[in-house]
Amino acid sequence: MAQAIALAKLRRVLRTSTFQLTVLYGSLFAVAISILAGFLYWSTVGYLQRQTDATIEAEVLGLAEQYQSSGLRRLARVIRERIEGDPDSGALYLFADRNLLPLAGNLPRWPALASRADGWYSFEHEGEDGRVAARARVFALSEGLVLLVGRKIGDLEAITQRFRNGLLWGGGLALVLALLAGAFMSASVLRRVESMNTTARQIMSGDLSRRIDSRGTGDEFDQLADSLNSMLEEIERLLDGIRHVADNIAHDLRTPLTRLCNALEEAERSTDPVVARERVTAALADADQLLGTFRALLRIARLESGGYEADTATVGLPALVEDAVDLYQALAEEKSIGLHLDLKDPPSVTGDRDLLFQLLVNLIDNAIKYTPEGGRVEVAAFPDGEDAVITVSDSGPGIDPALRERVLERFFRVDESRRQPGNGLGLSLVHAIARHHGATLALSDNEPGLKVLVRLPVTS
Amino acid sequence: MRMRVLIIEDDNEVASFVVKGLKEAGHAVDRAADGKEGLLLASTEDYDALIVDRMLPSLDGLSIVQTLRGAGNHTPILILSALGEVDDRVKGLKAGGDDYLVKPFAFSELVARLEALARRSLAPEATESRLEVGDLVMDRLTREVHRGAVKIDLKPREFRLLEYLMLHRGQVVTRTMLLEQVWDYHFDPQTNVIDVHISRLRSKIDKDFDVALLETVRGAGYRLG
Repeated sequence: MAQAIALAKLRRVLRTSTFQLTVLYGSLFAVAISILAGFLYWSTVGYLQRQTDATIEAEVLGLAEQYQSSGLRRLARVIRERIEGDPDSGALYLFADRNLLPLAGNLPRWPALASRADGWYSFEHEGEDGRVAARARVFALSEGLVLLVGRKIGDLEAITQRFRNGLLWGGGLALVLALLAGAFMSASVLRRVESMNTTARQIMSGDLSRRIDSRGTGDEFDQLADSLNSMLEEIERLLDGIRHVADNIAHDLRTPLTRLCNALEEAERSTDPVVARERVTAALADADQLLGTFRALLRIARLESGGYEADTATVGLPALVEDAVDLYQALAEEKSIGLHLDLKDPPSVTGDRDLLFQLLVNLIDNAIKYTPEGGRVEVAAFPDGEDAVITVSDSGPGIDPALRERVLERFFRVDESRRQPGNGLGLSLVHAIARHHGATLALSDNEPGLKVLVRLPVTS
Repeated sequence: MRMRVLIIEDDNEVASFVVKGLKEAGHAVDRAADGKEGLLLASTEDYDALIVDRMLPSLDGLSIVQTLRGAGNHTPILILSALGEVDDRVKGLKAGGDDYLVKPFAFSELVARLEALARRSLAPEATESRLEVGDLVMDRLTREVHRGAVKIDLKPREFRLLEYLMLHRGQVVTRTMLLEQVWDYHFDPQTNVIDVHISRLRSKIDKDFDVALLETVRGAGYRLG
């Protein structure tokens, strides 16, 4: 069992990209080393070999001169002199007759040579230091005499052998180390990835509060972990938002729906057609309100998800703001609220005229709704840097700073306003429209009252 | 005013709802359940107004509208659209539609708009310079309004509101219609701002006079005359 697991883990390690990269780099490394080794070999051992051959050639030339100028006797004598003069030089000479019987030289007999075309021979020499390799050239002289000139290359052979061994062992070891290192690295990387996978699986099975471990080294895995964790935070926040909204929706839609059902039930029970008619009319009003709420919800959802096919045209703000104020002037006067407009040449923006009008209308409507009689509502529009700014300020009770964020949520109503007509979606829609146009909302204290500031970029 | 209406709608519930309502209101109604049948009827018969649903089997609503317009048919068309679809008034109106209504709608809204459409095509009054309802007279050139011998002072917006009501005299005009035509915006008001404007207008043209010309039609809108 443990074996099977270990085998499976090995297979996974081998499949990792880290390991495959290691194998790739290891192979490239091996090829590079081989080229280097080859070059070294050629330049050192090869050099020595070439040197040996050159020495032999030089000897041969020298001896040939002697032979040509002074004949055989002289040649034999020169050979003897050379041998006696430097017995440890490693040079080998053998002057033999046509039957290969030695006449002069330091070889006891003619060595066994395999015939070759280029005149170079390799053979084994039996000397005081045992059998050593030797390299020689052979010449046929006049009258069938043969001359062999060579050198012992035992040392050279030893060097070559060592070199080769060194390369093989070293290279082999390096390769093994590389593979092991690769395997370890991959295993460690795999462990990090596995830990992320495990956390992901836990999250998927429902525990959204879990986060991916970060080792604190700031490496690419930590960066990945940080990005993923931020994403998880955002998702958790959005889901909480949705849950919250769903709760609110359930509550705020149930009320008019209940009223509607009650009215219809009363209509059904009633024996007086006038009363029944009146109840049905009331039920219709509630139904209309519900439909309006759904429509608004849908608009907000579509605006937020980007599925709303809004207009993109140039919208002149002065005309828009004037129209909105004009529309609400009468209502404001009914409540003895002073509705004032302060236009300071705001730039035109790109957007949807109807949506922007809705935004303004909702803000002005709210301002008038929450300002007591005799109060004041001011609407201003002016340029500010690259943006167009619209403000709607009232002299009402304002909104607690702690609640200013929440007030933009769907269905959120500050307690005091729960009795007011409306569906609690006005500011949500304003928020969604603002975001759609790349605009920002800021709620502040109008001292007294609420001031809503909408900052619209000129090209959204 | 009795109208001859064709409704092209595949949803039986909506269709029967509309047909029944229109008949009760005194109009003649034909119904087609799919696009091809509807186009055939619309092309061969004479109607005062058409109601065309966008989503239809065999041939969609916008194609029907485009085909009719392409063939030189100028019958006023009101396009119906389901709530779940993208709000595409512009597409619908560009295709040649005259008005656009999203389901579910209040029947009174549908009727008011239909009558306005039919009226518009039967008697093109956009060029009339003088409008009269009872003893209320409006001169569109001089921008003067008189009731009887009394000159009535109206603010520009009030004038436009009265003008629209007078152009649709005797017909029900819904709040949405007023918002679209008099204020030229398509939006959902939170409170009934229109009501306030109407009551102001009423105080100017009706209050000191015997006969009230501007009446509120419960559950629908307003009517002048």
